[in-house]
Amino acid sequence: MTAARLSLGRIALNGAAMLSLGFILLPLIFVTWLAFFRQEIPSFPPEGYSLRWFSAAAGNKAFVDGFLLSLQVGVLSTLIGLMLGVPASLALVRHRIVLGPALNTFLLLPLVMPGIVLGTATYVFQIETEIATGLPVLGSAGGLVAAHTLIVIPWVVKLVTASLVGFDRTIEEAAQNLGANPWTTFWRITLPSIRPGLVAAGLFSFVTSFGNLEMSLFLVGPGRITLPIAILQYLEWKIDPAVAAASVIQIVLIGAAMIVTDRYVKLSRVV
Amino acid sequence: MARLSIEHLRKTYGEFHAVDDFSIDIADGEFLVLLGPSGCGKTTTLRMVAGFIQPTAGRITIGERDVTNLPPWKRNCGLVFQSYALFPHMSVADNVAFGLEMRRMAPAERAPRVAEALRLVQLSGFDQRYPRQLSGGQQQRVALARALAMQPDVLLLDEPLSNLDAKLRQEVRVEIRDLQRKLGLTTIMVTHDQEEALTMADRLVVMEKGKVRQIGTQRELYEKPADRFVAGFIGRSAFLDGEIAAPGRFRSQGGLEIDCSAPALGPATLALRPERLAIGAQAESCTNRFQARVEHVSYLGALLDIDVRLTEHDRMLLQLPNRQGTVEPKPGDRITIGWAEDAGLVYPRES
Repeated sequence: MTAARLSLGRIALNGAAMLSLGFILLPLIFVTWLAFFRQEIPSFPPEGYSLRWFSAAAGNKAFVDGFLLSLQVGVLSTLIGLMLGVPASLALVRHRIVLGPALNTFLLLPLVMPGIVLGTATYVFQIETEIATGLPVLGSAGGLVAAHTLIVIPWVVKLVTASLVGFDRTIEEAAQNLGANPWTTFWRITLPSIRPGLVAAGLFSFVTSFGNLEMSLFLVGPGRITLPIAILQYLEWKIDPAVAAASVIQIVLIGAAMIVTDRYVKLSRVV
Repeated sequence: MARLSIEHLRKTYGEFHAVDDFSIDIADGEFLVLLGPSGCGKTTTLRMVAGFIQPTAGRITIGERDVTNLPPWKRNCGLVFQSYALFPHMSVADNVAFGLEMRRMAPAERAPRVAEALRLVQLSGFDQRYPRQLSGGQQQRVALARALAMQPDVLLLDEPLSNLDAKLRQEVRVEIRDLQRKLGLTTIMVTHDQEEALTMADRLVVMEKGKVRQIGTQRELYEKPADRFVAGFIGRSAFLDGEIAAPGRFRSQGGLEIDCSAPALGPATLALRPERLAIGAQAESCTNRFQARVEHVSYLGALLDIDVRLTEHDRMLLQLPNRQGTVEPKPGDRITIGWAEDAGLVYPRES
């Protein structure tokens, strides 16, 4: 009786899991399939298969420029996010700071803020900054990186605090006992020990920045657009599979990054 | 290697006295053990010597160097942590070399020192292993090698054996002791394990509630405990409460008149070592001789523990060696017990 109910529960659980997984994967599968269609208008069944849309995507200047900009912004905002987020996490976990829990929540806030709201707020803020300082902020690469840094910080703080909480601080004392000053201790002992958390934080930060559309829409300038925006703009005029091909390239790159990272540190154990 | 001198060391947290006026001079090459129940301040003292806790008052001198206000990384104390605290992302060799690297020693110079340290703890050939690939005992040795490689002025051991199983603990005790003697290292070890303390120390400090109760050798602590706490903490004692009625005469609560060597009058406690009591015919020659009823007998192999009652208020514990032909008393038996006048130690009653 119990065994039967248990196995029934098992089946229901597995079924639900499969259904959810299918729901997530199905669009990816269709996009990938579509990218290999020969015809220009996506229709079923396909008239044949070809790689022409991949070369079309690779030859599209807006896509290539967008990809390069997204790459730069992603890497820069990830690095800056780590430089700001790691010390913040250390302070939050290790020191009793005034309003510590509130500050923690505050740093995670960009995660739950709707992209449009965040975009509007950043847009207004950057315009006001421009008016106040006379510096060109809005539409500049710097302005974009700053805004992306904002949305990667929650990932850094979340993942790094998680690895710091379980961290055995006596190994830092051991290092100091052996003659390492606090700075050396941090670089040689603390950072390497939380490496899985750092790698995961870097990866998630980069993916978050690279894929961001809503907020970036408000902040890009003429002739300087990120890849998701380039794809969106392309879709306004055409619906040929070049967009699918560009997406497949992204899926493959990010997937590869995930797999490589997972070799290095088990992501399932950090996230 | 150096002398270590601690003068009037004190650490208070608000109203709480973690360590209260601790002073000692430790000779070059001496093995000192800080012993006491948990919360007695022994670990706080050790951490003040290592520099992880800033003393409220007092002075710590290593050799000729006043280290009281030096940070941990400038003290040259090798500390072996209770949890070993090996660096998980470094190989055994890198762990052991870390202290040398911090002194900017060239890699070529480090290698023989690392090899020597690993040889001392019998872990040659383990250099390329990682801590997670080692057993608890091996990790403990690496921690020791890491502390020894930097040739510390003082070796500090914070309950280094408490995470090892009983059999291994016995072996490692002797090994550490031999190594310490061979290298002539001035050493402070913290432990709550009495047997460990007694087997390893040259001298012991018994602490309780932040205060030093007694400093002395094993024999001094056992034969002449300074107070009732030490008498109960080092080895076992049976206690009789009562008062000194006249010089040299102790009267127990149950009214027993006992000869002792105590001058001061007033409420007092008489402490007796259970193995110093005689029973039956052997008690005949004792100045203090009483009738007792056996209440409980514990058979402990080499020894018999016997709880006896002298009066309604006075109980006593005897320990008999389990020699061939020893007649084991039974609960309810009436026996004669006795002890010499100087076997009883009298302490003024603590409130």
